[in-house]
Amino acid sequence: MSAIKLTIDGQEIEVAPGTTILEAARQLGIEIPTFCHDPELPPNGACRICVVEVEKARALVASCVAPAGPDMVVHTKSERVINARKNNLSLMLANHPLDCITCEKTGSCKLQDYCYEYEVASSEFVGEVKDLPYDDTNEFFLRDMNKCILCGICVGKCQQVVGAGAIDFTKRGFVTNVSPGFEDPIEDSSCVFCGMCIDNCPVGALIPKYIFGKGRPWQTEATRVVCPYCSLGCNINLHVKDNEVIGAAPVENSPVNRDHLCVKGKFGWDFVHSRDRVTAPLVKTNGTFVEVTWEEALDYIVDNIRDIQGRYGADSLMGLSSPKASNEDNYLFQKLIRSLGTNNVDSYTRHCHASSVDGMMEAFGNAATTNTIEEVAGTDAVLVIGGNPAESHPVLDYRVREAARNGASLIVANPDMIGLVDVADYDLPLKPGTEVALVNGLANVIISEGLHDEAFIKERTEGFDQLKKGLEKYTPQYVAEITGLDQEDIKDAARRYASAEKAAIVSDAAVCEQSGGEGLVKALANLAMLTGNVGKESAGLYVPYGENNLQGSADMGILPNVLTGYQHLKDKEVRDKFSEAWGVKISDKPGLNASEFFENDKDTAVKAMYIMGENPVGCGEDQEKKAELLKKLDFLVVQDIFMTETASLADVVLPAAAFAEKLGTYTNSERRVQLSQPAVEPPDEVFPDWAILVELAEWLGFEWDYAGPEDVFAEIASLNHDYKGIGYRRLSEQGLQWPCTDEKDQGTKVLHQDSFSRGKGLFSAVEYDPELAAKREEHAAACCTSGYHSCQCLSESMSKRSVISAFKNGCCV
Amino acid sequence: MSSEAEVAAVNQDIDLSPVDSILEPYLGKKEMIIPIMQKVQDHYGYLPRPAMEYVARRMRIPLSRLYGVTTFYAQFKMKPRGRYIIRVCKGTACHIQGSPKIAERIEELLDIPSGETTDDLKFTLEEVACIGACALAPVIMINDNPHGRLSPDKMKEILDSYE
Repeated sequence: MSAIKLTIDGQEIEVAPGTTILEAARQLGIEIPTFCHDPELPPNGACRICVVEVEKARALVASCVAPAGPDMVVHTKSERVINARKNNLSLMLANHPLDCITCEKTGSCKLQDYCYEYEVASSEFVGEVKDLPYDDTNEFFLRDMNKCILCGICVGKCQQVVGAGAIDFTKRGFVTNVSPGFEDPIEDSSCVFCGMCIDNCPVGALIPKYIFGKGRPWQTEATRVVCPYCSLGCNINLHVKDNEVIGAAPVENSPVNRDHLCVKGKFGWDFVHSRDRVTAPLVKTNGTFVEVTWEEALDYIVDNIRDIQGRYGADSLMGLSSPKASNEDNYLFQKLIRSLGTNNVDSYTRHCHASSVDGMMEAFGNAATTNTIEEVAGTDAVLVIGGNPAESHPVLDYRVREAARNGASLIVANPDMIGLVDVADYDLPLKPGTEVALVNGLANVIISEGLHDEAFIKERTEGFDQLKKGLEKYTPQYVAEITGLDQEDIKDAARRYASAEKAAIVSDAAVCEQSGGEGLVKALANLAMLTGNVGKESAGLYVPYGENNLQGSADMGILPNVLTGYQHLKDKEVRDKFSEAWGVKISDKPGLNASEFFENDKDTAVKAMYIMGENPVGCGEDQEKKAELLKKLDFLVVQDIFMTETASLADVVLPAAAFAEKLGTYTNSERRVQLSQPAVEPPDEVFPDWAILVELAEWLGFEWDYAGPEDVFAEIASLNHDYKGIGYRRLSEQGLQWPCTDEKDQGTKVLHQDSFSRGKGLFSAVEYDPELAAKREEHAAACCTSGYHSCQCLSESMSKRSVISAFKNGCCV
Repeated sequence: MSSEAEVAAVNQDIDLSPVDSILEPYLGKKEMIIPIMQKVQDHYGYLPRPAMEYVARRMRIPLSRLYGVTTFYAQFKMKPRGRYIIRVCKGTACHIQGSPKIAERIEELLDIPSGETTDDLKFTLEEVACIGACALAPVIMINDNPHGRLSPDKMKEILDSYE
């Protein structure tokens, strides 16, 4: 269809058919006021503030819903239009409290702004006004529905984007309101406290509690940070006044999270100002911690490390680093430990994701999620299995919902009735732990019905014949018996997944782990490769991690068997490269991993440990055993923001800066390296991890020369080929997805496009393990079956010191 | 017992098995929510909260949305209704003949405002526009029985005649 030519305020423009007058005007830079319009929601034309005059039209038209027509002549600021808008505002003010002096929304209120613009100071209409009670029941925000202008954006976001469905319009006419069912308090509704309603409310009806009395919008400064919780790495603007974070909002049009956040990003940053922060170096003397100077602490550490190293050798030292610390922190950490002559460097969280990493590594040659989070929205079919993204990675859940809204077929395989089932085309409530059997069953149907992509399999993969053989017994009938599903449903789902042009799989590294990690991920990789759904847009395999920089910490070399950039210790060239770069000899002996230390019943050679930002003792099972193992050490240093269960066992505790207090980069699950800016200054004696490590390295006699994190990053880029083209200057606006190998490289959205990282994709038959299913059933009895058990993977040292600990609906925060 | 407590007590004893059979033909058809709720109301006389919650869960519709729909339409009643529905005609003819006084008298006798139900769930008082019996003005209906040519002092006797 040809473009439509119209004139708006004397300017001519050509737009695509279907474009609304509002969109056309905005393309010309002409501002039209709106209350109820949101680009993400279907237009509803309810508020009428966007009316414009169209020549020859009988009445004024709502520009947000009226399509641009050929040869239309539109006036957006005619007298008639202005009068109509004034009337409209006057009607709104007739039933709106005018307490702007104390209203927290003052300065960012659309109603106030438009009344100012159109010179409407009070209403000429006098009549009944609403007198509704406040809803003050929850910890997060206040609802004052007397201020609501019924634009409906909060309802649209809650019902469609988030899918929480906590609120809707109720009743009708004058008493129309927005509320949960039965006008329950929001606390008792299905609200997930993502704050999207708050961020989009044009007036002061929804106010986050953290802001009360703290400051006006024009008094705060916004700083862009990366969310410290899950591995999506959402971009947040922290609002700061007088060195205090007093609010947060999503960064507009962020490539990761667009304008969306979840409860963690919207409300979870307040631990930064917790009274529990460690604010000075502490040394344990006679069983109690005593505050010391940094010099004393470092001196003490160096003496002990050198002493133990001298007596027992370098492999008696071990370092555990945090997947929440920045790339720079993690890089320097492993550099320090390795400079001491050992490869005993790892992260305790390995038990949450290591086997899914291994599975992806084996199949594709790269453990990272293959595609971009944003691409999920554009897929034709999506299989969600082994996890509930609404709990573990809510923004990913929003994208899955968007895909479903856009017409994609949604297949949900989860033992629980998770929220996504609401919008699913296929609900496969399988027995806990039988995921591998189901995925094998889907693959079996695809092969036996000839739905596989032969060309892709032939050109891009290997091992198909063995896979085919291995899958033979997983007939729909056999799989139906194991999973408790209907065989016809299994067949239908397989056909739908296979017939989609682009199909994505969404899982969860932590849940994969419980379901037989490596097995499930490999089975999923088989499914994706069988149908040619790897290496193309809006397809692939999403296995996001739990921690915001898990990807980055692994990229940095927080792994006992590989150096920065997954370069192998075995390779002499690699060792020589690092030896030269670091000015130390690199040991070729692979180090001990965290599981070998914590889960091994035999004693290890480790005598001293340096733990940066991790809390193994406060995590999950066997806490006593882990504490015992740490107590047995001759020397333990813990560097953390809080006095965690682990820190309390240390000989020295070093106070570290929190995410909001430091500059650094983080790499999210889609391999996007993002720069996080310091929003506030840390307390006086508290320093960023990287700075502490640089200082300690100097005390240990290493010659490190970094003016700041930017220098550290430059060194990382020089040693990690995938990061080569990335630098702080390029990251200031937007993150870059590795591999990004030179200055001009715009990064890689989709992995494995022409060939797999390992060359050819490797199929491998995976057997369903009934024992694992039994284990999962036990798990299910102890906790929920579907979600991300942060209670087992993360120690919650941040979230339990945040208001988000008040949110009990999900088990993930 | 207050009316709220009464509702809660009634709701507690709701047998939800009839909802299952009502829902059976509609499972997966979210667009059929209005006929579903009509049938639920036909069964219970109103929409008990446990039934609403059950429908929401089984139909995978948020409770807020279901509540939004059912409070939008006047036909849906969210509270139990009396065994006897009194409809006071507020049409022009009745109005002129004094129907406001009739309504006032009933409100006084039952101690409820128009639109409400007595605590013993015996009477529900409603006002309607016109019941088409202007010759009998002022007129009321109690369930299907018309009572015409009323005056406030006749009302006690009429209400007392309902057991």
